[in-house]
Amino acid sequence: MKILHLFLAVLAGGLMLVGIVPVPDFGNANSPANTYLSPHYIEKSMEETHVPNMVTAILADYRSYDTFGETTVVFTAGICVLLLLRRKREDEQ
Amino acid sequence: MRPTSESIIPMQDPQGRIPNSVVITTVTRVMMPFIQLYGLYVIMHGHSSPGGGFQGGVILGASFILLAVSHNTEYMEERFSMKQLTVLTSTGVLIYGGLGFLCLLLGGSFLDYSVLPISMPRYMGMLGIEIGVGITVMAVMISIFRDLIYFK
Repeated sequence: MKILHLFLAVLAGGLMLVGIVPVPDFGNANSPANTYLSPHYIEKSMEETHVPNMVTAILADYRSYDTFGETTVVFTAGICVLLLLRRKREDEQ
Repeated sequence: MRPTSESIIPMQDPQGRIPNSVVITTVTRVMMPFIQLYGLYVIMHGHSSPGGGFQGGVILGASFILLAVSHNTEYMEERFSMKQLTVLTSTGVLIYGGLGFLCLLLGGSFLDYSVLPISMPRYMGMLGIEIGVGITVMAVMISIFRDLIYFK
């Protein structure tokens, strides 16, 4: 059984390693993200969103769904700590 | 007269804890409004300068944690009871998701602020979700801190 688990883990890791081969190099100027997406953000984000801070424009507008997930992660962390660790004060019991 | 141990430690509370010195408590209370104002500034000004809901929420949460450290947690819970904190935690996510569904109702896609019927809709939409994120992060920070303190 342990052999099987090891095999599955190595297989999953190997598949992920295979998956990163076609990904363009970091900072490659000819990658799809850098040929049309980044220029669009740099040139159009001010007139489209009226927000001078480009980072906020991407984080909260273009990639808002992602930020929604991040907020849910924070919320889930808080709820999990509440469920696992919350104790009443001694004088409340 | 020689001071007894009770007069040296004058102000024990019912749990027998010794309070912090008056310097710490006073300085904390004086600094509190400025820290919270700065946290609100970071949230509201996140569009034009570095900052945003996560960072400002952490500053706001840290200000209340500072109250708990300098006084005690009951002093902090006079400001925010644990029930209120749980409600606030959900309120932030609800503001964010509600804004998304509002855009859906107004005919756009989920979280597409440009359909909101106000001037500069995407600017104001971003401000709305930053406020939601700030509320959630602040409440989660405080409630995790308080839960860890009382965990035995």
